[in-house]
Amino acid sequence: MNNNQPQRSFFFNVDWLMVFIYLALCTIGVLNIHSAVFKPQSPSWFDLSTDYGKQILYVIIGGCIGIMILLLDGRFFSSMAPFFYGIAIVLLMLVLVVGRNVGGNQAWISLGGGFRLQPSEFAKLATCLLLARYLSGTNIKVTDTRSFLTAAAIVGFPMLLIMLQPDAGSTLVFSCLLFVLYREGLSPYFLILEGLFITLFVLTLKLNNAIVLTGVLAGIAALIIFFGRRNRKLIRVILIGLTICVGFVFCVRFIYTKVLKPHQKVRIDIVLGITSDPKGKGYNVHQSMIAIGSGKMWGRGYMRGTQTKFSFVPEQGTDFIFCTVGEEWGFAGSIVVLGLYLLLVLRIVRIAERQRSPFSRIYAYGVASVIFFHVFINIGMTIGIVPSIGIPLPLISYGGSSLLSFTIMLFILIKLDSNRMGFIY
Amino acid sequence: MNKFFGRRYIISAIFIVLILVLLGRLFYIQIIDDRYLIYAQSNARRTFYLNPARGPILDRNGKILVQNQAFYDIMVTPNLVKPPFDTTEFCKLLNIDTAEFNKRMAKAVKYSRSQQSVFEKQLSPEAYASIEERLSEFSGFQSSTRYLRTYPDSVAAQFLGYIGEVHDNDIKKSGGYYHPGDFIGVTGVERSYENVLRGRRGVQYRLVDSRGKAQGSYANGALDTAAIPGERLVSSLDLRIQKLGEKLMQNKLGSIVAIEPSSGEILCYVSSPTYDPNLMVGHDRGKNAAELYKNPYKPFFSRPIQAYYPPGSSFKPIDALIAEQEDLITPQTTYYCPGYYVSGNRRIHCYHNEAHGTVDLARAVAVSCNGYFFLVFEKLVNRYGWKNTDSTFNAWRANVAKFGLGARLDLDMPSEGRGNLPKASYYDKIYHKGAWRSSTVISLGIGQGELLATPLQLANVECIIANHGFYYKPHLVKGIGDKNVIKPEYTQKNYVNIDSQYFEPVINGMQQVVENGTAAASKIPGIIMCGKTGTADNPHGEPHSVFVCYAPRDNPKIAVAVVVENSGQGAQWAAPIASFIVEKYLTDSISVRPSGITPEYFMNANRLPDLSSYSDKLKAKPVPKDTLNKMGIDTSDKEKAPEEKGQKPVKSASNRKNKPVHRQLTASLPERSEDEQ
Repeated sequence: MNNNQPQRSFFFNVDWLMVFIYLALCTIGVLNIHSAVFKPQSPSWFDLSTDYGKQILYVIIGGCIGIMILLLDGRFFSSMAPFFYGIAIVLLMLVLVVGRNVGGNQAWISLGGGFRLQPSEFAKLATCLLLARYLSGTNIKVTDTRSFLTAAAIVGFPMLLIMLQPDAGSTLVFSCLLFVLYREGLSPYFLILEGLFITLFVLTLKLNNAIVLTGVLAGIAALIIFFGRRNRKLIRVILIGLTICVGFVFCVRFIYTKVLKPHQKVRIDIVLGITSDPKGKGYNVHQSMIAIGSGKMWGRGYMRGTQTKFSFVPEQGTDFIFCTVGEEWGFAGSIVVLGLYLLLVLRIVRIAERQRSPFSRIYAYGVASVIFFHVFINIGMTIGIVPSIGIPLPLISYGGSSLLSFTIMLFILIKLDSNRMGFIY
Repeated sequence: MNKFFGRRYIISAIFIVLILVLLGRLFYIQIIDDRYLIYAQSNARRTFYLNPARGPILDRNGKILVQNQAFYDIMVTPNLVKPPFDTTEFCKLLNIDTAEFNKRMAKAVKYSRSQQSVFEKQLSPEAYASIEERLSEFSGFQSSTRYLRTYPDSVAAQFLGYIGEVHDNDIKKSGGYYHPGDFIGVTGVERSYENVLRGRRGVQYRLVDSRGKAQGSYANGALDTAAIPGERLVSSLDLRIQKLGEKLMQNKLGSIVAIEPSSGEILCYVSSPTYDPNLMVGHDRGKNAAELYKNPYKPFFSRPIQAYYPPGSSFKPIDALIAEQEDLITPQTTYYCPGYYVSGNRRIHCYHNEAHGTVDLARAVAVSCNGYFFLVFEKLVNRYGWKNTDSTFNAWRANVAKFGLGARLDLDMPSEGRGNLPKASYYDKIYHKGAWRSSTVISLGIGQGELLATPLQLANVECIIANHGFYYKPHLVKGIGDKNVIKPEYTQKNYVNIDSQYFEPVINGMQQVVENGTAAASKIPGIIMCGKTGTADNPHGEPHSVFVCYAPRDNPKIAVAVVVENSGQGAQWAAPIASFIVEKYLTDSISVRPSGITPEYFMNANRLPDLSSYSDKLKAKPVPKDTLNKMGIDTSDKEKAPEEKGQKPVKSASNRKNKPVHRQLTASLPERSEDEQ
């Protein structure tokens, strides 16, 4: 070890708060999976034919991998980033050929013995690493068009491959890396534009009248021009913005009516309240809201949730695991879980900002963005404010690939952070 | 430090705001909105009803008329049917072929793979006995017991009635007690004592999963209640004479009603033609009901209370009693009968123009002299002169009505008819006010014309005569439950305001009817029976044969009214049948009659009118669906939810049931008339 500071222990400088949050979330996950899928036929916690038995195994494996990561040299991850990325891309291509099709998505590679691998989970990790490595390079500025495009390509390539599965949820996860680019200097207009586009997207579909919306936008633009400072530059910016907005509105209409598949349209419609179909297409979300809503303040008690136990809620161990939290632990439990996640991402942001190495910082922002995006979309979906997109709740949802990839992600960060006083990689 | 350091705060703020959005939404659906908890409960809590055993119905001597018998359904759970499964062997056991097996399996799979559904319906205990032992060899198949009504002697179909699935109207009226698919008494005693017989249903709340599969009890069973079986009902019927009556009346149209005068209890209630009540039970009931409905002789028509007949001469004693009470005649009042009676400018003949010579009251009853009773009727109606015909007629009518004619007797049986006892206003409408006289309506005096009565009313009149002036409301229960309680109104005497001494002369005449009068052939050795024959005019064909009587003369035990349709004089058909009933009831045997009549002769005689053309018309048309629904027969093709051990899910978990297929049942039948011939 060629460090300025002698390393006294493998656990030296480890951020124990992160480790604690990690373990807390994993424990909550195992408990809720146990409650959601418990079958009286197999009462043992360590029965590997059950999901909770497997999840406990994954947590143990995750713990081992975490310790192994702490044993490695901090520079290993930066230097191996292209290699990991390459493996992820190969796996993503492989899954399109030999993958198992589950629920319409060809996203899994079977490993035998009832275990299977979801490459897209690891692709997020690899992409974060490579993006961090690229952006931390000398003379790379996100504001340069060339650098920006390269960064976009690093993110875009795995997105494209995942889109082919087709797994819309995992594809969208990559878009959260916009936060990373923003932190590294991308113009705030991108974020504002994103917010504006989401608003316009909702309005377009809700109002279902592109002409009126265009009129309103033009009216707003006119008002700003007439009552604002008569600045030629401002007028130009506003007019360009107006053109982009109107173009976007028509694009959304076109994509919505012509490109989207009916089931995707329905999911969007249900979230926006355009249609309600609690018996058919909206069944999942309706049942999920019943489950969470029935929890009231203190929940119905561990193993007492009828919605999740009696399979009214689908996918109750994986994508809809938050239903069990909401139903059995109530609003109090929901606050605890959301609080832990918020604490986690804010802690990561804090860690990011104390790094000397840009690689570590950028990687940390990547991790925070990915985790936050997963949490927001997953919980938002179960309470009906986000369309149903099948992505797991980090560390809580059942699933080895997801749990292990988040574990690796976090422990790499912890390792990098423990070396924060060391070299700039 | 780089120059974009400040952006960490913006990113953190976005994280915090979006998490707060989630928390706000969670706060709304978990704390503010109360609907979700209710939704969750209604999702997972299912109410199961435990249907109690229906109460049995006994005859007055404790013999069983209706009871419940176990039948066996073979249930299948398609998921559990696993190899090794010997289909051929199983088909042999159930006596079906493989194609049928596959068809039924497909149907079961369509209903649900994981839930039981009926594979073979309602096997009798005998049929089940041979299957029972081997059923365990076939995985996925189980038996389920259900209790159905059985009638060991196959008698008293119209009296007992039948049960069927509830009609929408019943569900509405019950205020939530009945649910679609429940059974309810549709006619007869089953209907009128429904509340007693049905018992009280038990409720069980259970938790079910999203497929409707039971997952345990709700709140540990704290809210559950047990089913309470229906009460045992002892009816007033006497099985011995009921059986005899039905045999005597076979292949005839008509009815027998027998009442115990000292209590008003119905002893015998024969409506002919009848049917085997077992036909209205079990798996073919829909088919059987439609066939019975199409029978031109109308077996569902409950003649004792729904058929109207002119009482004919059996009405004569009432006229005589009223006239005596009004001091218009005495037992010694005589009339010289030349074979006819002159009223106004009309000559009305006695039966067969027979001249009875000089008759007093008793003799007039005995020989059924029309002339004498025309005289009595005119005395009654013309007592204040012809100008007051209206008021005196109504006074006469009121006196007759006290005998229970022209109104319901409130028998504890649904659909009782009123009969017809016209008012003066009725004739005012036809003939104009003041333009009709006693001579116009004179046929009422001998129980013909507009006067119509049900056999039950006729039998009740005999009770009044037997009791010398009062009756108990006829009823058909002796007791309910273990304490044998009955309604207090059945122990009240209803007086007809005729002093008892006036009955003797009439009863003397009625005794003579059987001793040496019109019904002499029906005299029972050793029993003094008082009776009156009647021949009810029938505008559609041969007159109806009517006989009313009671016996013994002292301390009467039974009053009977018999009507045999289209059979001429009362003495010829109705009187002998009544005499057999009386003798069987009083002595439990039938003696050799001096006149040589035997029950076998009457049992074998066929007096059915020829209705073949009407019958063809009936057969050509299907039975209207609504009629069948009202009879408690489910006409939709939907599959029944599986009933495990008599427990019935009220709401099925999902809409997996087939939609009812609407059959082409649109043509309707002519309404059933009061008097079909």
